[in-house]
Amino acid sequence: MTNPTELTPTNWTIAEARAALDTGEITAVALTEAHLAAMDAHKGLNAFVTETGDKALEMARASDARRQAGQARGALDGIPLAIKDLFCTDGVRTTAGSNILAPFVPPYESTVSANLWAAGAVMLGKANLDEFAMGSSNETSAFGGAVNPWTRTSEPGTRQVPGGSSGGSASAVAARLAMGATGTDTGGSIRQPASFCGIVGLKPTYGRCSRWGIVAFASSLDQAGPMTRSVTDAALMLGAMAGHDPRDSTSAPMPVPDFAATIEQGVAGLTVGIPKEYRPDEGLSPEIDALWTRGMEMLRDAGATIKDISLPHTQYALATYYIIAPAEASSNLARYDGVRYGLRVVDDGDGLNDMYRKTRAAGFGAEVKRRILIGTYALSAGYYDAYYLKAQKVRALIARDFKAAFDNGVDVILTPTTPSAAFPLGQEVTDPVTMYLNDVFTVPTSLAGLPGLSVPVALTSEGLPQGLQLIGRPFDEETVLRAGRALEKAAAFTATPSLVEG
Amino acid sequence: MSLDKETVRKIAFLARIDVPDDQLDPLAGELSGILGWIEQLRVVDTSDVEPMTSVAAMTLPWRDDGVTDGDDAARVTANAPDSQGGFYRVPKVVE
Repeated sequence: MTNPTELTPTNWTIAEARAALDTGEITAVALTEAHLAAMDAHKGLNAFVTETGDKALEMARASDARRQAGQARGALDGIPLAIKDLFCTDGVRTTAGSNILAPFVPPYESTVSANLWAAGAVMLGKANLDEFAMGSSNETSAFGGAVNPWTRTSEPGTRQVPGGSSGGSASAVAARLAMGATGTDTGGSIRQPASFCGIVGLKPTYGRCSRWGIVAFASSLDQAGPMTRSVTDAALMLGAMAGHDPRDSTSAPMPVPDFAATIEQGVAGLTVGIPKEYRPDEGLSPEIDALWTRGMEMLRDAGATIKDISLPHTQYALATYYIIAPAEASSNLARYDGVRYGLRVVDDGDGLNDMYRKTRAAGFGAEVKRRILIGTYALSAGYYDAYYLKAQKVRALIARDFKAAFDNGVDVILTPTTPSAAFPLGQEVTDPVTMYLNDVFTVPTSLAGLPGLSVPVALTSEGLPQGLQLIGRPFDEETVLRAGRALEKAAAFTATPSLVEG
Repeated sequence: MSLDKETVRKIAFLARIDVPDDQLDPLAGELSGILGWIEQLRVVDTSDVEPMTSVAAMTLPWRDDGVTDGDDAARVTANAPDSQGGFYRVPKVVE
C-alpha cells in the first residue's frame, strides 16, 4: 500500500524531488508553491524571520525555463531552500536575529548562498536563529523563538524548542516547509538543532565553506553547512555550498569532491572510535546511553570495527569554548556602532561614545551582551594570558587528542549529538552555564575544526527525536557521510513530527 | 574569580554598552558565575604547549595589495542611519 504522504511533494527528499523534476512529474514552480503553502499553514512555528515568496516563485520560473531549455544546472536546480538569517542576501533583509540589524538590507550576497543560487536553488526565506547565533534553544532571537514541530507524547500541548542556533532552519526542514536549509555551526549550532528536530545536520571542516558574507560570531570556529532530511541530501547540498573563495583567506584551496558519489560505499573495513570521555562521571541519561550503544551495534553489523578510544581533554572543551567564542565575538561585534548600518540610538547633545553605548545597549539582547562582556574581560589588559592564551593552549591539546585517535587508525568517531532531547520552550534557565551544557558533545569537534554530522536515529519514550554524531578527519566529509548513510539505513528513521501530521 | 560592580562598569565601558546602575550587581553575579566555571582550565598543564592560532594546517595565501572593488559610495552608505553626500554623519567627536 502506498503511504499517502509519499504523494506530497513537501515530503520528498531533495534527491526524490530532483528525479521528479527531471521526469517532468512536477515543475519547480509547483514544488515551490507547495512549500510556500506549507509555510503559510505553519506560521506558528515562527521558523522564518523574513519570507521571500515572490522571489522564490521568480527563481522557480527561471529554473523551469532552464530545464525546458535543457540547461538544468545540477542536483539543486529548482529545489526550495531556507537560508539562515545570518547569510547576507542581496536586497533581502538580514537580521542575524538581532534588533541591532533589524533594518539591515545587504547590498551583497554571501558566497555560500551565491553558490546555491548559481546551482539553481530557490530561496523561500530567511530562517529564524538565536541572536548572532548565540544560543542553544533559538529563544535569544529578537523575533521570538522558533518552535520544534515535534511534541512530547505526555504533554502534546507543550511546545518544545527546536535547538539553536540554527533553530528556524531545523524547524523548517523537519516540518516540511523547506527541502533543506543552510545553517552555521560555531559550537554545535547545526548539529544540536538537527538532533532536536530529527533531521540531518553537517558541520563541515573549518575552511570547507567560505565565511564571506556570513555575519561573524567567532571567526576561528564559524562554519556553514547543510541541514536536510537525508544524508544524501546533505552531500548534495554541501557539494553546492563548498569551495575555495579568494574573499575568505581561511577557505581551503581544495577541490570539492562529489560527496554523493561515495556515499553508498558502506562502512565495511572502517574503524569507528568510541571516546570514553563522552560518558561523563555523572553519567549519560539511560536513553542516550542506549541510543549510543544501538548506534555502535548498527555500524558493527554493517561491517565496521568498533574501537574504544580516549580523548582526554574533552572535559575542558566547554570552558575553552566559552573563552574563545566570546572573545572573538566581542571583537567581531564591535562593528555594530550605529554609524554605518543597523540601529542608531542617540539623543540631542550626545557625543560619539554616548551614541555607541546607547545603540549597543538597545540593540543587543541579554545573552549577546553577556558574551561581549565576558569576551571583553578575557581580552582586557592583564587578563589576556590567563584567559585567552590559556584557552588557545588547551584548544591545541583538544585538537591533538583527535589527531592521535585518527593517527591510530580510527576513521570516524561516534558519539551522541546532545546530552538530552529537546526541552520545553520558556523553561526558566537561571544559570547560563546550564544552557551551555547542551553543546558538551559538539564543542570539541568545533574547537578542532573537524567535520561533524548529526543523523537522526530514534525517538525517546516521549516521542522526541535524538541523533548521533559522527566526527571525521579534516576534509574527510566523504567518510563521515558514508558512515552517516550506513547509520541512516540501519536506523530507518521515518517518523514525522506530530505538528506536521496535524 | 569574582567581579565587583566597578569592574563590570569598566568592562561595560570598554565594550561600549550602557549598563544601568541597578543592573551592575546582578550582571557581576552572572559574569562571576561564568568566570568561576571557566577557572577549571587552570588545572590543565599547558607548560609546553603552543597556543593554537590556526585551525587548519594551512599557510594563509598572499595577494597583491591592489584595489579590486569600490567607487560605490551610494550603495555602501545605503544602510547608514544618517548619511549625506556619500559620507556618514555622526555626533560631534571632539569633546
